[in-house]
Amino acid sequence: MSGLRERALAAEAAPRERWRHRVGSENVALAFRIGLIAAIGIVLALSTDAFLSTANLLNVLRQASLMFLLASGLTLVIVAGGFDLSIAANLTLSACLAAAAIKSGSPWLGAAIALGSSVAVGVLNGFAVTLLRLPPFLATYAMLWILQGLAFHYMGGLEIYGFPAAFRALGTGFLLGIPVPVYLMGVVLLAATLFTRATNFGQELYTIGANRDAARLSGIPVGKRLLLVYVVSGLMAGIAALVFLARVNAADSGMGEPLLLPVIAAVLIGGTSLFGGVGSVLGTALGATILAMVINGMNLLDIKAQWQPLVVGVVLLAAVLADLMGRGRRERIG
Amino acid sequence: MTGADARSAERSAKAPLLELRHVSKAFPGVRALDDVSLEIRGGEVHMLLGENGAGKSSLIKVLCGAYRPDGGEFLHLGQHLAIASPADARRLGIAVIFQEFSLVPFLDLAQNIFLGREPRHRGSPLVDRGRMHREAAGILASLGLDYDTHALAVDLGVAQQQMVEIAKALSQQARILVMDEPTAALSDRETDALFKVIRQLRASGVAIVYISHRLNEVFELGDRITVLRDGRRVAGMAVADATPEQLIGLMVGRAVGTVYARRHFATPGEPALEVRGLRTATGVDGVDLTVRRGEIVGLSGLVGAGRTEVARAVFGADPIAGGEVRVFGTRVDGGPERIAARGVALIPENRKHEGLALKRSTQDNLLAASLWKLFPRGGYRARRAVDRARELIARLRITPAEPRRHARVLSGGNQQKVVIGKWLAAGCSLYIFDEPTRGIDVGAKSEIFALIEELVTQGAAVLLISSELAEIVHVCDRAYVMRGGRVRGELARSELSEEAILRLAMHGT
Repeated sequence: MSGLRERALAAEAAPRERWRHRVGSENVALAFRIGLIAAIGIVLALSTDAFLSTANLLNVLRQASLMFLLASGLTLVIVAGGFDLSIAANLTLSACLAAAAIKSGSPWLGAAIALGSSVAVGVLNGFAVTLLRLPPFLATYAMLWILQGLAFHYMGGLEIYGFPAAFRALGTGFLLGIPVPVYLMGVVLLAATLFTRATNFGQELYTIGANRDAARLSGIPVGKRLLLVYVVSGLMAGIAALVFLARVNAADSGMGEPLLLPVIAAVLIGGTSLFGGVGSVLGTALGATILAMVINGMNLLDIKAQWQPLVVGVVLLAAVLADLMGRGRRERIG
Repeated sequence: MTGADARSAERSAKAPLLELRHVSKAFPGVRALDDVSLEIRGGEVHMLLGENGAGKSSLIKVLCGAYRPDGGEFLHLGQHLAIASPADARRLGIAVIFQEFSLVPFLDLAQNIFLGREPRHRGSPLVDRGRMHREAAGILASLGLDYDTHALAVDLGVAQQQMVEIAKALSQQARILVMDEPTAALSDRETDALFKVIRQLRASGVAIVYISHRLNEVFELGDRITVLRDGRRVAGMAVADATPEQLIGLMVGRAVGTVYARRHFATPGEPALEVRGLRTATGVDGVDLTVRRGEIVGLSGLVGAGRTEVARAVFGADPIAGGEVRVFGTRVDGGPERIAARGVALIPENRKHEGLALKRSTQDNLLAASLWKLFPRGGYRARRAVDRARELIARLRITPAEPRRHARVLSGGNQQKVVIGKWLAAGCSLYIFDEPTRGIDVGAKSEIFALIEELVTQGAAVLLISSELAEIVHVCDRAYVMRGGRVRGELARSELSEEAILRLAMHGT
């Protein structure tokens, strides 16, 4: 009996669906974000003198790249239907653990410590979600507190600062006139895009996020794939920790916390659905860029700091609403 | 008093509490109820019988105001009226006790019984908890139950929850109690207790409409019987005038559109699936069955008999508590990824929730189970994937023939073809179909059966679960019939008939 009804609904949805699927709904969402970046850019170029300067544009990109490094791992987790609230605390702890080694002149040892600790946290998150079957939000939220507590304990209220210049170049240096973190963003973006678009793993992540039960009943090893994304998310927190450490030239137990909400905002502004199965790392790169531009623009326009969160909230709502309207009624319900 | 007066007095005493006349309800493509009339009298247990899909659920939904009928009339104590909403039904004293209960788990019994109608302190919006518990205890006591009204619903067993549901209905002055397979999840002792309560309610003048698949209950408890088939009332009679054979004969023979005509029957080959002593926590209680290459084996039984649970356990979707499963001679265990890798396919009952990722495209769904077969080294190439999807779309005649169309917007039949195509792409050789034609129009049904037959002629093995008796009879080489988590019989092709299946599938025949 539902056959006929569904056919009627399908026919109703057809015209919009027809042009969307020719272009691909993913591409429509990305084009919309590129348009948004252009629009914000034009507004800021016309309303401020400083925006279009090379130094400022590179600064915006550097801000975007720092957020993106954390946000890229989170994007994969959310696409696969999970969540990772522990990324910023993971960054804090890895940075704090690595700081002493780096300061004493062993940057490679420091890097190994940061990446080892962050990946270990990813493995624990993955086990909590797959083996213990904890809801991802809960498991990683608890992990956030645990990591933050370890960082407090380890640092004892002190900070470690003053790293060798060679290490600091990772966060502050330029190569051919472009900030080093921007290259990192490019490499990570390319790798993650290849991973999602050109490997079986990537395809499976989207299927798992779209419908975990169906993915499991299609023979996809859901547990192993989820473990993988939490490990990748942890690894990205470790990489971001090193870049951030090099940029701010200091480690303290509060360094990661202010990043968490902006990073989530970047992912969502980038068009990744909290319900899983929809989104892309490229979208997140654009989302981080939009967010960095908005914050930069507000600073240039002398908008007071206390107004800035409100504006970010409005941008986030606008981006998500635009996606919903573009996708049409039928998908919104599902 | 003359004889005529006596008869008239008797008639008014027995005037139906509620009468449905010529009620019809249609959905696109199906007549759920077709000119059904029903008299519900106080002090009677009215048994409603019919195969799955005969129209019993629709009739209940009309009674409780969830569906508005397209035509027909209602009479309450001889007065014309309409049941246009659940509120109307409640006002007439109609209460339905569904198989899934509606108690709020973390409220206590008194709160559940009076939910939304809590007695108040005089002139105050505050709930009079003392009175609420006294009244709840009173209602429970009138049913012969001494439950603690402070206990939480979540701590009750199924049978106790059901009693609380009945108490809740009585607290709303229900005069007509509709019960949908109330004993499906009860033990024998709990069933006896329920029957005692039902008999007591009947004696107090309540009308009970009772849906059951267990014929022994019909004869033990019922006063009158109405049999539905294909949305029509095919017979009504007093229980005293009925026999089990007669009732089965009335229920079967549904017109299931065009039933597929099987073309070939081959000699079965080597065993593809051997299940021995299978038990699960989901209710499978010692199942043995064998499926060989080249044959379609039916797994029949009524809803809740444990067929889907067998399918899920074999596929590794639910853990096995005991027994063993062999696939092509090798003992298997582990999750779906291990079982699927051995060439086993499951086309699940609920294709939207378990078969498809609706947000993803036709192509993505078609390739979901065969990515590693298509790209063994893990590198996904979009061009090659589209080509493969197009091949499958053409082979299965999926419309619209567009790989990037979302699975959500396909019709039911085409969605089902995508689920089947997913496994064809993986090159499976043992297919478990769980209700493959549910919610699919007639044309797509015969296409799907043609596909199933093609699979077995190519040497695959098929286990077909279906609630449509005619499908089992016309499509299968042989069939197992389940009831209560066990296989109750195996029917060879020469023995396959709807009557034979129902006889095994129903209790007490």
